[in-house]
Amino acid sequence: MAILVNRDTKVITQGITGATGLFHAKGALDYGTQMVGGVTPGKGGTNVDITLENGSVVSLPVYNTVEQAVEATGATASVIYVPPAFAAEAIIEAVDAGIELVICITEGIPVLDMVKVKRYMEGKSSVLIGPNCPGVITPGECKIGIMPGYIHAPGHVGVVSRSGTLTYEAVHQLTTRGIGQSTAVGIGGDPVKGSEFIDILHRFNEDPDTHAVIMIGEIGGTAEEEAAEWIKANMTKPVVGFIGGATAPPGKRMGHAGAIISGGKGTAAEKIATLEACGIRVAPTPSEMGSTLVSLLEEKGMLDQVRTVK
Amino acid sequence: MNIHEYQGKAVLKQYGVIVPEGKVAFTVEEAVKAAEELASGVVVVKAQIHAGGRGKAGGVKVAKNLDEVRAYASEILGKTLVTHQTGPEGKEVKRLLIEQGCDIKKEYYIGVVLDRVTGRVVIMASEEGGTEIEEVAAETPEKIFKEVVDPAIGLQAFQARKLAYAINIPNELINKAAKFILSLYSAFVEKDCSIAEINPLVITGDGQVMALDAKLNFDSNALFRHKDIIELRDLDEEDPKEIEASKFDLSYIALDGNIGCMVNGAGLAMATMDIIKYYGGEPANFLDVGGGATTEKVTEAFKIILSDEKVKGIFVNIFGGIMRCDVIANGVVEAAKQIGLDRPLVVRLEGTNVELGKQILNESGLNIVAADSMADGAQKIVALVQ
Repeated sequence: MAILVNRDTKVITQGITGATGLFHAKGALDYGTQMVGGVTPGKGGTNVDITLENGSVVSLPVYNTVEQAVEATGATASVIYVPPAFAAEAIIEAVDAGIELVICITEGIPVLDMVKVKRYMEGKSSVLIGPNCPGVITPGECKIGIMPGYIHAPGHVGVVSRSGTLTYEAVHQLTTRGIGQSTAVGIGGDPVKGSEFIDILHRFNEDPDTHAVIMIGEIGGTAEEEAAEWIKANMTKPVVGFIGGATAPPGKRMGHAGAIISGGKGTAAEKIATLEACGIRVAPTPSEMGSTLVSLLEEKGMLDQVRTVK
Repeated sequence: MNIHEYQGKAVLKQYGVIVPEGKVAFTVEEAVKAAEELASGVVVVKAQIHAGGRGKAGGVKVAKNLDEVRAYASEILGKTLVTHQTGPEGKEVKRLLIEQGCDIKKEYYIGVVLDRVTGRVVIMASEEGGTEIEEVAAETPEKIFKEVVDPAIGLQAFQARKLAYAINIPNELINKAAKFILSLYSAFVEKDCSIAEINPLVITGDGQVMALDAKLNFDSNALFRHKDIIELRDLDEEDPKEIEASKFDLSYIALDGNIGCMVNGAGLAMATMDIIKYYGGEPANFLDVGGGATTEKVTEAFKIILSDEKVKGIFVNIFGGIMRCDVIANGVVEAAKQIGLDRPLVVRLEGTNVELGKQILNESGLNIVAADSMADGAQKIVALVQ
């Protein structure tokens, strides 16, 4: 089960002939993802040959448009590595072509471009993850994005995060404790993005394979507070939280476009207080996301069912 | 990116926003000359720094004649203004805006911001001009009116009128105020602003609707399509280490502590600062070397950290995704060779090519303390700098 992606997901890469797109297409193929092609306008009709770690060579067809790629390959997911100036349009092209799941890795898209993308996507059935995110992985089945695959293990804990590297941190802490993951989703660090915490939590809640969730937030905006209220009202599974940026000074953009305390709003303290008020256990340090989940599941008698790593 | 008030007003003027006549002055003589040229009787001498609260800090003075202009300009230029936005160290005034005085009848507030919840641009308006909008929001939130803009059609004239009526702009000036709001929105969208705040917007005795102050911030992600805005950057307003970092496309923010941090990923970089603090230390900086860093970039990052005299030790915390651990390790070794490593260094590596990275560090002959986890690394560096 898991959410969003699985072993049957057919994926194309937008920007496959660029260095980044190619590098991560190889990573996805090495992991076992069904990469079925790519899109680079002007390079349609050519192929990219990718030599995998096991020595075999995969030849992926390149198309001029997403529409052609979908028609030829039956892809339902697309991952975008095109440069920031063109990435918003790439998302729109994927949505227009009927791609069900669009994952935009690109960092640095102008926020007003994303405002237009979000408006365009209203009423459409496509789901957007990102931009400015590491991607989505269902361990052992499908890896779409830039995360290091080997730290993951199949299992029953969902991870959702605004930060790429903190997702890896959480996953690593889980795997080394024998706890596998159902799916890990990086929703990205931009202020205007495709999927918010609630969208992903909703899916984890419905997914019978997910038994507990780690949610990793950071300063800026109110998405964590909204998610906390939603969890309190709807979530049937235990959730552990972490919020980054307790020491961030106000008014400074902390790397991520969305990580900024503005007008005294969006502080870590506020978010942690709301999470705790909604009954969510918050890890005191980023090193304790895994151990906090372990102790919570132990109390609930759920630890054995999530220990999937031998 | 932030710009000065006088620059913001010049940008807004291009879009038809009415602003008082004014000129920038870098010296007292220029200030007097500017006042002469304005020939408006009363002029206002305004300190230009990238922070609000200038008036309360003595950075804005009304001069009735050229002698007063000279006196105020001499007083303010070179003065360090301390406002609630500058921090206790304040900011030195190096530029003045000399502006024609105007006959203010009433002050209002208009702001254009991005609303993250709806993912749309929102226009905010209030009758409580001159007060900070956060204060109004906290004390009298019913006095703030908002219009959400549909990006498919842009701000509509009726929305601008609704706001103008809501904040009780006099009837005869409604159309002027609406045009003002529409022009402000155009500037916001076309220049990729992240904030466009007019506080106060004023109506004058002669029936004008104008921006008495202007605060414009720009989306740094969009600067590639606004060369004219990039030229407005004032390096005097930025930390020299942050300027150096930006040359190498590094995301760096100077802080007050003594533990330098080099991390990949913004979230992990923030969390690294947090965990240092948690174990009793103080981070000296936020530094995200990013996903696509090269050995050169890492070397520069390391140099910037070491150039900070406050730094008594360094914590490198890497979880390699795109960023490979061997690239980080080579950068650290290269930087240490180039400038010498005279302070304790704790390195925690995890992720892609971690074994290769550890090997490079081990074989470098450098005095590096290896850490197994973030917590382990944070505790080690905190102990080493004490």
